[in-house]
Amino acid sequence: MTRKIRLLPALVWGYVVWSLLPVVIAVAFSFNDGRSRSVWQGFSFRWWFGDPYGSVFHDAAMRQSIVNSLVLAISTMVIVVPLGITLAIGAHRIRGKSSTAVQGLTSVPLVTPEIVVGAALLITFTRLLSGIPLGYPAQVLGNVTFSVASVVVIVRARLVSIGSSFEDAARDLGATRLQAVRFVLMPMLWPSIMASLVVVFATVIDDFVITSFLSAGVDSQTVPLRIYSSVRGGATPALNALATLLILTTLGALTLGLAGMSVWKKRHGEPGGLRNALADITRMGD
Amino acid sequence: MNSRNRLWVALTAPGVTWLVFFFVLPFYAVACVAFGSIDPIFRDAVPQWNPLNWDFAQASSVIDSILSGPLRGVVVRTVVYVLIAMACSFALGFPVAYYLARHAGKRRLLLLTLIVLPFWVNYLMRMLAWVNLLSPSGFAQRALSFFGVNYNWLDGSPVTVILGLVYGYVPFLILPLYATLERIDWRLVDAARDLGATSRQAFRLVTVPLASAGLVAAGILIALPMFGDYYTNDLLSRSPNTEMLGNQIDFYINNSSEPQNGAVLVMFLSGMLLIGLSWYLRNTARIGRERVR
Repeated sequence: MTRKIRLLPALVWGYVVWSLLPVVIAVAFSFNDGRSRSVWQGFSFRWWFGDPYGSVFHDAAMRQSIVNSLVLAISTMVIVVPLGITLAIGAHRIRGKSSTAVQGLTSVPLVTPEIVVGAALLITFTRLLSGIPLGYPAQVLGNVTFSVASVVVIVRARLVSIGSSFEDAARDLGATRLQAVRFVLMPMLWPSIMASLVVVFATVIDDFVITSFLSAGVDSQTVPLRIYSSVRGGATPALNALATLLILTTLGALTLGLAGMSVWKKRHGEPGGLRNALADITRMGD
Repeated sequence: MNSRNRLWVALTAPGVTWLVFFFVLPFYAVACVAFGSIDPIFRDAVPQWNPLNWDFAQASSVIDSILSGPLRGVVVRTVVYVLIAMACSFALGFPVAYYLARHAGKRRLLLLTLIVLPFWVNYLMRMLAWVNLLSPSGFAQRALSFFGVNYNWLDGSPVTVILGLVYGYVPFLILPLYATLERIDWRLVDAARDLGATSRQAFRLVTVPLASAGLVAAGILIALPMFGDYYTNDLLSRSPNTEMLGNQIDFYINNSSEPQNGAVLVMFLSGMLLIGLSWYLRNTARIGRERVR
């Protein structure tokens, strides 16, 4: 028993190091002074902004990919969150046969591999709905389609924990059904809305498969696409710097979201703090 | 009943319409291309929009190729790689989740944060990190050759592809496993120990059955994306010797003049996963019924 207990922490900490160290090294190499991504040649900001041509801040194509990623993530977020919230509320309350159909329709995307959605949408946009051009418009539609189910999951979890008593009370006090949703339920959904925003932002900005299938050349290249196409080439450490920027953006969004949720919960008398916010985020995997 | 439902139906309408147009309709489009015909001059796929006129000739030749032709190797390889990667992921992920749920104590929050961190790091960045380490001048390669291991990691090595899959997906396994194990009532395990079970017996007869539903669900959560994965292979191997089903789909849909084959393979992959999933759902439903009894 004691031997097992001593062995287990070693394995766990070993795992943590194994899972993070390669990324830390890759981040460190964005500060390499030489052109190599694997041999250390001294510290510099050359590939961040020092180099007048090859650094992230001076390479026009890299800058464009950052803009593309941000625009794609934000547009998707703006469309998918309202779509997901209304769908979640409706699907949670609807009764009868349509309930099963809606449940099915919202859960199938969760178990469909991305490559299937990407390939199917590419075929659709090139052969059936050919009015939708590949590139940014198709990429937004694709990402909304793939992430709407996760918004539904997050919001529904919150709906379950809220229960129906608040709405019932509002109805007893004379509110219509719609008013009860709008003025009682919606404000209580804030934590799940913030969580959805963060999760959608992070998934879309990191998305590769759908964005790649629906891209139309360099103009719609996002950061992950750029990484994919240059990892095995002779790319400079500027690629590592670009990837590091992506991590910083995602972690920034996560921090903002966690802080927002924590403040909201504290103000509304719910248990807040990092621990609970983290629990919210981890529960999203379910 | 109807008037009560009206608001809820109205609320689901935009989302349902969206999914019908951009999720259900695309599957129909895939079928129309897969069962369509091929332009005799340009060799491009011509979709057949009328299901009554579907032509299954090309689809059956692809299926033949999967059953006894060149594609069989790809499908078998995909299944083998995914199964090995799943086994490694469980061997690594279960102890981590178990420790986190039972023995982490004060360090739980710190550990949980560190384990969640890879979620927020781009998958391709995580592969990029390994490409740098395993390249001929990389740290890992140099460290290994110091111990006498000289291996060409990045050109068609199945070991690298499988390790890449494990590295890529194991965080997504640990979290749901942790969520499952955290909900277990550990007093039941203590009770089994008090009643004379050895710790191994208690684990096998109490812990595992209590966690089994969560274990399977977590396994499915990473098996699905692994089956459709092609980028891990592209980044870490780029060789036809390690090609998986996803690579074939990517090739036929994006880079070839035979998208019809790609459409058939998309249907094959979805069908294969659908069969697996419905078997799982039937089983969980049966287990649920037996529990109630």
